[in-house]
Amino acid sequence: MASLAARRAKDTTIKAISTGFAVLAIFLLGWILWTLLARGLPALGLNVFTEVTKPPGQNGGLLNAIVGSLIQIGIAMAIGGPIGIFCGTFLAENGKGTKIGSAARFVNDILLSAPSILVGLFIYTLLVVPFGGFSGWAGSLALAILVIPVVVRTTEDMLNLVPVGLREAAFALGAPQWKVVMFITWRAARAGIVTGILLAIARAAGETAPLLFTSLGNNALSTDLSKPMASLPIAIYQFAGSPFDDWVSLAWAGALLITVGVLVLNVASRLFLARSH
Amino acid sequence: MDATVESMGSGSVQPITKAKATGRISDPIFVGLLWASGIFVLILLGLIIAELFQGGLPALQHFGLDFIWSSAWNPVTENFGALVMIYGTLFSAIIAVVVALPLSFGIAFFLTEIAPQPLKRPIGVAVQLLAAVLSIIYGMWGFFVIVPLMAAYVQPPLIDTIGNLPVIGALFAGPPLGSGMFTAGLILAVMILPFITAMFVETLESVPPMLKESAYGIGATTYEVYKNVSVPYGKTAMVGAIMLGLGRALGETMAVTFVIGNATRMSASLFAPGATIASTIANEFPEAAIGSLKLTSLLQLGFILFVISFIVLALSRALVRSRLD
Repeated sequence: MASLAARRAKDTTIKAISTGFAVLAIFLLGWILWTLLARGLPALGLNVFTEVTKPPGQNGGLLNAIVGSLIQIGIAMAIGGPIGIFCGTFLAENGKGTKIGSAARFVNDILLSAPSILVGLFIYTLLVVPFGGFSGWAGSLALAILVIPVVVRTTEDMLNLVPVGLREAAFALGAPQWKVVMFITWRAARAGIVTGILLAIARAAGETAPLLFTSLGNNALSTDLSKPMASLPIAIYQFAGSPFDDWVSLAWAGALLITVGVLVLNVASRLFLARSH
Repeated sequence: MDATVESMGSGSVQPITKAKATGRISDPIFVGLLWASGIFVLILLGLIIAELFQGGLPALQHFGLDFIWSSAWNPVTENFGALVMIYGTLFSAIIAVVVALPLSFGIAFFLTEIAPQPLKRPIGVAVQLLAAVLSIIYGMWGFFVIVPLMAAYVQPPLIDTIGNLPVIGALFAGPPLGSGMFTAGLILAVMILPFITAMFVETLESVPPMLKESAYGIGATTYEVYKNVSVPYGKTAMVGAIMLGLGRALGETMAVTFVIGNATRMSASLFAPGATIASTIANEFPEAAIGSLKLTSLLQLGFILFVISFIVLALSRALVRSRLD
């Protein structure tokens, strides 16, 4: 074995390197946020919120994209949220130890990390091709599929933290399962379930690839779900890749907006959960 | 674990529910909904597999299994193959894991053993926020900030020095474009870093203190305990975490599309532009008409990506959950 001094030196060196790595990770986060602020803030005028997409040089904005994103996220959550909560409840309450429960848990884990672009292709072949066009509905459904696994996972984890005794007490009083779940377990795990919903919204807000094949994007302000619909990530993608300077800076403004939104949702969900425990 | 919960929990209370539920209509409906949503998730995955397979079937019928081994990608002559993209997908993801791995080991060591208690949480959250940054933001940051840096400062010296060596030089050959496999791999590394680190920390924190204290008791240093006690104890789950990182890197689309250069040819060089399955689908889809051979080829690529991701993610899950179930 090496001498004590050599072992101590090695320990110190590796501690220093590890600390350096942690500092590097924080530096990278800071660098990304700084880039967003430095390039996005100057471009973030009132026109971003009040004007729709316009040809380069005409001082357009992102109103259509913001509205489109909000509509599609809203519908995705309205569909995916309840399904996710029910499925998560199933896994924590009824599915334990059953074959279907284990299979559903496995499938959900796969869906959680599967490439989101494939969900876009799936909706494309399932809805866009047969119904003859890109639409806000298709985009919303693609996002719904992407939020389900997030909600399922958090709901299951949070319900598993609810003491079994609480359920048994309710059952002993003669409550049927729907009452036990709705008034005891869900209520006890309320903060955790809301956290899952917030994280799911954050995921839906940022997904770009699946929308390329589903809602496509729209340069006009449209609330018609049967037509192609704009979204913030798609607008950012189109503008960032364009050769026009004012479009690129609009992309940075959009990027700043969406990142602040997603980071706030993430931090809020963490604080929410931390305070309720 | 599951078995004890079962016998303590729902198992013993189930009969009461059933007895009480008879004669009521609401409970069967509610329980039915719970089961239905569980089964729905199963059907969903089945549908995704079936749709992607069916959508790509014409390409498979046209090219046969050669589709997988063909390095052609020529929209003009309508000759398509998946090899270049499979290569690019695996190559960029492996670069990402190779770069992210030492960082994750270091940061997990820092968070579990070195960081003072009040700093632990804020630093851990900051690392986790790297996972919250959107794929498209990584793409823009990569394209507008990292690519110019790579082209100006990082790649030229590497090409001039290591690039001239025999054998290994081939990895560092070519013009310093800034974009390419290496840059894509680096960006992917930053993206998967928080996932791997979080699972490392979770695993390392589950190491029984007794084991660590025994090692400290015979005079081991902090690093020696980490390396010889903690990491071996969590080995299986940690390999699972690495696989999850790999699985995430394989399917990443927007960030890669911005920085990989999107060239559908194969090169051994780290600095050469390339393409992944996901970036090719995102890039070429707008020019693929419904019913065209190109579109079905892209769908077939999607199916291949699904199969690769499925295998990696299933393996990861088996390793991570092996100790829990």
